[in-house]
Amino acid sequence: MNSPQTPGVVPHRLDPERIAANFSDAQLPFDAHEARVAADRCYFCYDAPCIAACPTEIDIPLFIRQIQAGQPEVAAKTIWDQNIFGGACARVCPTEQLCEGSCVREAAEGKPVEIGRLQRYATDAGMARNAHPYSRAPSTGKRVAVVGAGPAGLACAHRLAMHGHDVVVFDKRPKPGGLNEYGIAAYKVPNDFAQGEVDWLLRIGGIELRMGVELGRDMTLEQLRQDFGAVFLGIGLQGVNGLRVPGEERGGVHDAVDFIATLRQAPDKGVLPMGRNVVVIGGGMTAIDAAVQSRALGAENVTIVYRRDQAQMSASNYEQDHAKHVGVKIVHEAAPVELRGNGAVREVAFAYTEATPEGGLRLREDGFGLQADMVFKAIGQTLGALPDGVAAMGGKLDLGSLPAGVWIGGDCSPGGQDLTVTAAAQGRDAAEAIHAALMGRT
Amino acid sequence: MANLATNFIGIKSPNPFWLASAPPTDKEYNVRRAFEAGWGGVVWKTLGSEGPPVVNVNGPRYGVVYGADRRVLGINNIELITDRPLEVNLREIKSVKRDYPDRALVISLMVPCDEESWKDILTRIEDTGADGVELNFGCPHGMAERGMGSAVGQVPEYIEMVTRWVKQYSRMPCIVKLTPNITDVRKPAEAAKRGGADAVSLINTINSITSVDLDSFSPEPMIDGKGTHGGYCGPAVKPIALNMVAEIARSAETRGLPISGIGGVTTWRDAAEFLALGAGTVQVCTAAMTYGFKIVQEMAAGLSAYMDEKGFTSVDELVGRAIPNVTDWQYLNLNYVTKAHIDQDLCIKCGRCFAACEDTSHQAIAMGPGRVFSVKDEECVACNLCVDVCPVESCITMVELPKGAVDPRTGMVVGDYANWTTHPNNPARKIAAE
Repeated sequence: MNSPQTPGVVPHRLDPERIAANFSDAQLPFDAHEARVAADRCYFCYDAPCIAACPTEIDIPLFIRQIQAGQPEVAAKTIWDQNIFGGACARVCPTEQLCEGSCVREAAEGKPVEIGRLQRYATDAGMARNAHPYSRAPSTGKRVAVVGAGPAGLACAHRLAMHGHDVVVFDKRPKPGGLNEYGIAAYKVPNDFAQGEVDWLLRIGGIELRMGVELGRDMTLEQLRQDFGAVFLGIGLQGVNGLRVPGEERGGVHDAVDFIATLRQAPDKGVLPMGRNVVVIGGGMTAIDAAVQSRALGAENVTIVYRRDQAQMSASNYEQDHAKHVGVKIVHEAAPVELRGNGAVREVAFAYTEATPEGGLRLREDGFGLQADMVFKAIGQTLGALPDGVAAMGGKLDLGSLPAGVWIGGDCSPGGQDLTVTAAAQGRDAAEAIHAALMGRT
Repeated sequence: MANLATNFIGIKSPNPFWLASAPPTDKEYNVRRAFEAGWGGVVWKTLGSEGPPVVNVNGPRYGVVYGADRRVLGINNIELITDRPLEVNLREIKSVKRDYPDRALVISLMVPCDEESWKDILTRIEDTGADGVELNFGCPHGMAERGMGSAVGQVPEYIEMVTRWVKQYSRMPCIVKLTPNITDVRKPAEAAKRGGADAVSLINTINSITSVDLDSFSPEPMIDGKGTHGGYCGPAVKPIALNMVAEIARSAETRGLPISGIGGVTTWRDAAEFLALGAGTVQVCTAAMTYGFKIVQEMAAGLSAYMDEKGFTSVDELVGRAIPNVTDWQYLNLNYVTKAHIDQDLCIKCGRCFAACEDTSHQAIAMGPGRVFSVKDEECVACNLCVDVCPVESCITMVELPKGAVDPRTGMVVGDYANWTTHPNNPARKIAAE
């Protein structure tokens, strides 16, 4: 048995009970009474700002009123009508930046209606009914290919199936769910919620999953265009940005997304080796998830270092506070200049940064070093290999380059903040566009 | 500290807060706890005739209406009068009154509507030391089916007759408790007065079904799948009670008849409102049943603090203060013109005022860019609905137009007091003498 103080990178820094507790539900769900009390705080605003703030435009006042009136499963239907991933979004949405941030009670008293938790209460109740709430329209005989079984692809597939189309979903990973399955911190979606949600979604019928199939390797976009009436690309961001500083190749230096994915798939998280001193470089949700889970595995010192100031961190304040609460230190305005060590990484050298008048960033002369036996890079993801015939623009797929009959959505698509909720909205909207196109053609 | 002592038709109590005749006053044990907690008086739960005791249901006797967070807004009940032997009640009343001589102890009575029954019960309570009797002509459930309670209270002639018997066969002050389940509450009050009643108390409970179980389709409270109407009380009935008290207080026929106010008194403020409308004491039940007897401490301290603030040294100075301001619609000043005003600094932009006005009223609120809500004075009829639905206190207020100003809605100059009786649109208007 090791401890947080054991030097190096070792497994079992904490006992199994501690590990289990650290990866259990981060936020306890409402019970029925709590939900009604929380729901009663909603003012049922006219043309409610929270709806406008939701990328999927869920009718939030309506679903909250339905909870208040004692029908959470009806409330769930209101949510799913707009966002079939309402359950996942209730857990992972940065609500303080979206619905709750625009709640009039946030403005009035700094305490918004707890929309996220209410949405979870409703969708949990709805899913507990164990019956899929939608049925399919009569078959259209049309077939659509969806590449990527993440939130965008599956939201698209579900809506297409509802409209009576037959959908084949391709994904290179062994399990469906995309980032919901591989990219979200384990403690946010415990008890295999993501797979449960996908299984529930697929019960609409008419959706065939083909896993372990990769676009570009096993098939081309051109083939899909020939074999299907339409193609939806929800391929996400496959690559990661590098630090581009000396020592990046050293042992102990990892991409945060890989660490998060490994953790999610590990049945026994305690066996994963973890450093005593961990440095996470970046300022987004990925950085937070990597840092918080490093602490959860027993790392003694975990430091997030972000190159700009706090206001520019893309991680929500709620997430930042949560990280600090579990003992993560967050340092702003410093950038790595070298990862040092004798073989594996031992220390990261940072330079302080300062903003230039042009809005750029430059390194100052002075800096500091942090001991590190694990370093997680979380400075953004990038498009992977482009599908044949599609170009990139501004780091995303170029809408103007799409061949006829091809739609896109999710993180690979422009617009939005790479959120699950944005992907769900774009997948849904693409499905409606595909449906219109397919039916208009006949 | 203002003196809260009251003398109500010769019945003295250290404060005007009495417990109403109801479950909390059914036994010596409860009443002693009430007096220890500080209640000024109790009306002992209704006694019936000598004989086999009344039988109650053995399932739920109460139904409830909740507000947010299970706050009790109203309770109804199908409990009957006391189901304990008469002699036990009489012995306990005597015992309690002996130990608490400074508290008011009134006995509620309900016996069959014949002279002998009333004569008999009055004889039996003679030596309990009780301060007065309250005639239960109000309970709307159960006993009413046997020709008692509200079955009497709904027939003014019976009220007068029984009250006369009571005054004939008893020296005690007599309070007649009225049912609200009647078209015009002034008629039974007048009958009580004609019969010689010293006071009336009101309201008793209101016929009600609190809810319907949508699985079993039985009304609540449910007894073996069936339900019956019960008597509704609690905060929800207070507005009805206030109006009935005021109607009796201001009616020419009953003006000056002492009133014990009942109906949803929950805090000192509710009590003060009843007093202002003419009640000399108030009676409480639901609040005590919801929170326990300790609430009287808040009530007494609150009323006392309010009276100090107003410079009232006795409860009598408060009693009836609002009566002159209760009038008929026809005498309301039609030249009192107000307009809603929204304080933009307080507004939280929920838009409830807009939805209410646009959908259900006069389209007098504009919604501008950035969710800025403002009142269109040329459309605003000052209905007050926006004020009522606004979740922010004092955000929307009604601002009075000064005399001489032009109402942008009507184009009329705001003039002196003028009411419907002289309005040109009134076919029956009175023409001012030349």
